[in-house]
Amino acid sequence: MATNTPSCGFARVQLGWLGVLAWIGACSRSSTPVAGGDPERGKAQIVLLGCGSCHVIPGIGQASGMVGPPLTHFAGRSYIAGEAPNTEPYLIQWIMSPQSIEPGTAMPNLGVTQQQARDIAAYLYTIR
Amino acid sequence: MMRLAALTALSVIACDSAPSFLRTSGYIGDREATLGWVMLSLAGLVVVITSVLVVAAIYHRRPAVQPTMSSSGGESWIYLGGVAIPAVILFGVSIYSLVVLAQVAYPSGKPLLEVQIIGHRWWWEVRYPGRSPGEMVTTANEIHIPAGLPVRLELVTADVIHSFWIPELSGKTDLIPGQHNRAWLEAKAPGTYWGQCGEYCGLQHAKMHMSVVAEPPDAFDRWLEAQRRPAANPTSSDAVAGRQVFGRACGLCHTIRGTDAGGILGPDLTHVATRATIAAGTLANNPGNLAGWIGNPQALKPGVAMPVVPLRPDELHAVVSYLRGLN
Repeated sequence: MATNTPSCGFARVQLGWLGVLAWIGACSRSSTPVAGGDPERGKAQIVLLGCGSCHVIPGIGQASGMVGPPLTHFAGRSYIAGEAPNTEPYLIQWIMSPQSIEPGTAMPNLGVTQQQARDIAAYLYTIR
Repeated sequence: MMRLAALTALSVIACDSAPSFLRTSGYIGDREATLGWVMLSLAGLVVVITSVLVVAAIYHRRPAVQPTMSSSGGESWIYLGGVAIPAVILFGVSIYSLVVLAQVAYPSGKPLLEVQIIGHRWWWEVRYPGRSPGEMVTTANEIHIPAGLPVRLELVTADVIHSFWIPELSGKTDLIPGQHNRAWLEAKAPGTYWGQCGEYCGLQHAKMHMSVVAEPPDAFDRWLEAQRRPAANPTSSDAVAGRQVFGRACGLCHTIRGTDAGGILGPDLTHVATRATIAAGTLANNPGNLAGWIGNPQALKPGVAMPVVPLRPDELHAVVSYLRGLN
């Protein structure tokens, strides 16, 4: 399972050149990379899906929602929805199917694809 | 970054580029824009000519000492350049602008369609009267018109002064309390034309957008016919539950024709799923934004009349699912 190291994780070098490239790319934003996730694409997906209508999300214009928790300092938070550890696989699962982690949650299932979720997770982990 | 900004704008106002009153696409807007360019060109010409004359005067001075104070022959410049030529130009321009004003005041033919626009803080109610009261269509913020045909507008306000402004199609016309103002529109080509309240009307004036969707006449007729139908029946169990929740929690302010929801304080939502945006162009109409808007409209448009209605999470999902099916 990928862990959420605060610095640019050395363990990721083993992912090969792709991983190294992602690692270098993500380093410039001082973040933990999500394999195959692009923070810039994630940002666009967040806008398209309307995540900001429920959440305050740093770096997203007009994301001022007060329905769910603010996603400030998201990369540094320990738990998702108070239910699952804040790690990449759980975050991706949470974005795609919140009910599968917390049945009865107000967070809707927006039909997010695996790739979209990966990109969104990549962006959220840039929020330190 | 630019791409993202453009994308944001796209999702919020459903429009390709920032609308400009100089890039027009309507009968009125075209004539007004041409008038603006002609006046700007003339004014620019005057600035250039006078600047050249001032510079010329600096380099061709009179002798330092005048033999007498009598005329030295310069008056003709004043009478001709300062009085006669400006008088002719200004007279011509005023005739031209009066002609343009007369051209845009009334459509050439009698409009077949009349649309009533009611300004509210901070959204636009749009009504299409039918042949009978039962045929009247009430919608919000998205004004469909047939392209290439004049449409008569009746502009009234439910509260304060607003101003109806679709920059690419026409200038502004105010909505004044106690008055029924008349205006008209004609879009040359099918397209979506973004608009904005043009008169400061309170806290959320900036988020009081609307759009004009001009369609080929037969597509417009189909749209109007579809809008006349009562609301679609929910198909999933979630949506059926949503209709029930809506009737209890939302129906005192919103109407959904064909159901018990008959409130008139907020927009008619009978066919809300057919609209591109919600909250008067504030948000793209998608499930995420609908959930966020219903969950807490005050966070997204502070001061808006819609309150935060306490709903259980499953009720919130049910209402969103119901509204998504109202197409």
